[in-house]
Amino acid sequence: MTTAVTTENVERVIFEGIEELGAEGEVSRDATFESLDLDSLDLVELAQIVEDEFGVELDGDAVKDVKTAGDVIDLVVARAG
Amino acid sequence: MGRERTNGDGRPEGCALVTGAARGIGAATATALAEDGWPIAINYRNDPDSAGELRERIEDAGGRAIAVAADIGDREAIDGMFEAAEDELGPVLVLVNNAGMRQDGLAPQITAEQWSDVLDTNLSAAFHTTRRALRPMLRARHGRIVNVASIVGPRANAGQSNYAASKAGLIGMTRTIAVEVARRGITVNAVAPGLVDTKLTEGVDGLTDSIPARRTGTPEEVAACIRFLASDAASYVTGTVLTVDGGLSA
Repeated sequence: MTTAVTTENVERVIFEGIEELGAEGEVSRDATFESLDLDSLDLVELAQIVEDEFGVELDGDAVKDVKTAGDVIDLVVARAG
Repeated sequence: MGRERTNGDGRPEGCALVTGAARGIGAATATALAEDGWPIAINYRNDPDSAGELRERIEDAGGRAIAVAADIGDREAIDGMFEAAEDELGPVLVLVNNAGMRQDGLAPQITAEQWSDVLDTNLSAAFHTTRRALRPMLRARHGRIVNVASIVGPRANAGQSNYAASKAGLIGMTRTIAVEVARRGITVNAVAPGLVDTKLTEGVDGLTDSIPARRTGTPEEVAACIRFLASDAASYVTGTVLTVDGGLSA
């Protein structure tokens, strides 16, 4: 069963996911993936975490322009409709 | 890091999936991986009796195995195959892309369907299974993908342009995906068998006289190499092609 998509839930899961991936520095909506030392493979894994938790699929085209944690949060909420 | 769960031996919990495992190299590989303690998902397309017999042999020897029918040329069937394996045996942490076919003919005579069927089964299906398998492997920080390629591809064999293209492509895919995921503890390698006694090589001409070992290989000899690449001993081996051909390519 997937978790309900709310901004609060998505932010929590994304932040926890980023920390689990071993991000450097403080995790916040404005933190860039570059500043967090997360690479493209980390983003793939973050997308997997999102799909497992919320059932929202983020394909390659969806994530190619995201730069910050906030971008991902907003994308997931938007995709969930 | 990640959500790694381990069994009592310290190995991540999961299973090995071998495509086209009802007979030949696939069956020998399933047997070898079971001997190493992997629960095995035996994929087959249209030989349930052989797959069932293999499953029984593995279980009689103390292992765990299920037989999963799926035409890997069908992308939806691939998802179903993985779900069946995951539901019964846990995440797929070893994937052996062994299923293959050939439809030989000289280039002017190969039909468009013969071209696409071979590419779809031998190359595209391997990509789709790999793509699907990487999901749990990334999370587990552990994975072994072994693609059964061929010496045909890097080497010419007249009458097999479609087969050669599929196997050469499989090698390129192997190397590229290997470098993408290496830092997650996932290795991706290929074996390149020469002439091996299987149903697939029945009627293949033109190679036997040239084999330095003066004999064809056995499925077990290829399986032993796959077993090594799937093992912890090969944890620093990735993006490579292990040729198993009795010296033919030397």
